Amino acid sequence: MNLTIVLQQLFNGLALGSLYGLIAIGYTMVYGVIRLINFAHGDIMMVGTYVAILSGSALFLPWWAAFIFTILATALVGVLIDKVAYKPLRNASRISSLITAIGVSFFLENLFLVIFGGVPKAFPVPAVFSGVLHEGGVILPVISIFVPLVALVFLAILMYILRNTKYGIAMRALSLDMETTRLMGANVDAIISFVFAIGSALAAAGGIFWALKYPSINPLMGIMPGLKAFAAAVLGGIGSVPGAALGGFIIGIIEVLAVAIFPPLAGYKDAFAFLLLIFVLLFKPTGIMGEDLERGRF
Amino acid sequence: MKRNQILTIGSIVLLFLFIGYANGHLNAYYIRILNNTAIFLMFAASYNLINGVTGQFSLEPNGFAAIGAYTAAILTLTPAQKEAMFIITPMVPWLQHIHMSFFPALIVAGIVTAMVGFILGFPVFRVRGDYLAIVTLGFGLTIRVVSNNTMSITNGPLGLKGIANYTNLWWSWGFAIAAMIVIMRLINSEFGRAMKAIRDDEDAAIAMGINTFKIKMIAFVTSAFFEGIAGGLLAHLITTISPTLFTFFLTFNLLIIIVIGGLGSMTGTAIATVLVVWGSEWLRIVEQPMHIFSLTIPGIPGMRMVIFSILLIIIMIFAREGIMGQKEFSWDSLFKLFKTKKVANK
Repeated sequence: MNLTIVLQQLFNGLALGSLYGLIAIGYTMVYGVIRLINFAHGDIMMVGTYVAILSGSALFLPWWAAFIFTILATALVGVLIDKVAYKPLRNASRISSLITAIGVSFFLENLFLVIFGGVPKAFPVPAVFSGVLHEGGVILPVISIFVPLVALVFLAILMYILRNTKYGIAMRALSLDMETTRLMGANVDAIISFVFAIGSALAAAGGIFWALKYPSINPLMGIMPGLKAFAAAVLGGIGSVPGAALGGFIIGIIEVLAVAIFPPLAGYKDAFAFLLLIFVLLFKPTGIMGEDLERGRF
Repeated sequence: MKRNQILTIGSIVLLFLFIGYANGHLNAYYIRILNNTAIFLMFAASYNLINGVTGQFSLEPNGFAAIGAYTAAILTLTPAQKEAMFIITPMVPWLQHIHMSFFPALIVAGIVTAMVGFILGFPVFRVRGDYLAIVTLGFGLTIRVVSNNTMSITNGPLGLKGIANYTNLWWSWGFAIAAMIVIMRLINSEFGRAMKAIRDDEDAAIAMGINTFKIKMIAFVTSAFFEGIAGGLLAHLITTISPTLFTFFLTFNLLIIIVIGGLGSMTGTAIATVLVVWGSEWLRIVEQPMHIFSLTIPGIPGMRMVIFSILLIIIMIFAREGIMGQKEFSWDSLFKLFKTKKVANK
């Protein structure tokens, strides 16, 4: 194995990892504020890809407008899901909300199976994203360069919102103590909706770029990336946004490199994230950058 | 006390009389659904033991079912069948030549699954709550990935076919009733009370000197044992198994059953199993074209799962207790019901 191959795989891993990271941010933010593993998050990503296809083929939007429309529409879907399914259970046990989230996940998958059928659809890739670069023996699809850049831009915007805006500060306050935040006069429900909107928007962005990278979509495509992104969120430290991005990068790179170095393991690649997750939970349950959200309870 | 035991035994005898009748008189479709009911009852009751009674929300039954099904199927297939089936990679020799009859194969399937559960218990019970759910979900997924890739043991994605159709109503209901009895007795024992204590307040249970890890492990291993046997029964009912059979979909069905029946109630689980298994057969009408007068409404394939997922969400929001909550059906309460009715009539 020479350096070019390692470099090549590193780039592939980086691209895959930034997709996981984008999705993981949604998990980590929702978990941070309402302590719910949003099981349907991977499926929200899938919804995003279908919205993107439809806004191109039914609304005849140019690709950039379709992307913006998709991100906004999916954010709305996320907010709606929260309002309909999770909000009534805010004060119930966490397991009840988790079961509801599983229900929502299955609902989305099966609804889209009924509407669009199980046959994978081709995702139209705009010419900008379809080229391939040859640079000193390293072959790079253009999309693999775009994805990490886009992920970093989104991360920077999000970090700015979280640190400098009123809503961001309220979100961070909420993740520490919901009741006190309410007492301070913050509109807790609006903030939670905003969190769902941001998480779903990022999932939609992740979904679009996932579909650009692997341009075949089906109603069950969100399950695997969703689960791995969750593993990434836990690895990075659930509740921490930069942690989620970091966890995503680590899982993406491990997955790609492990298969590149030991090709016979290719079939097992979907299990890596979980083995990693189990080890993280066993030895450092707070993840790399997380604080102990459970400290009060454990 | 004695009256209740007689009534319980009486109703079990009645059930088996019905099965004897069903075996000879009902058509293959109904017998198949009755078999499914028994197998799902066994799955759901064991799943409820860990989820509802012990309160450890986990999502692994599809993994355990896969282990049980593969173990039992590999054991009952004849060496010649295995040689013919493993065309891409030959089977590991010692597995190739092993052959057993149905009953010992099922028991071995249960024991193997229980052992996997025991080993799995060490890492997973170090975490609680929703983390446990994700880790066990990951386990179910890992089992599927492994069964897809260990070509020399499971024949990979090709699956195993030609498994003898040994499962009949006697086997399935016999095991289901036996599992129910064992699980009910476990729940009413010292261990069962400790399990409920862990569900209600784990920290308080620790403070009372309960070894929570041990109790969780007992529940988990028992549940794995019966899920393994149920997996074996399932394999010998549908005669063809492949990794795609054991997706999260199976777990989701069981989850719906135990949520409808009430997390923590075995009799609720039994009622819900019947409702869900027969209800999902009845719901097939939404997937078939309907003719109302001259109007034809096209069936919508896949609609049943949409309905079930909406049902799950609605139950969780509006009727979180399910049918029975954490209570159990008992003869005493039934008699009490009649007594109060009589008083009301007067």
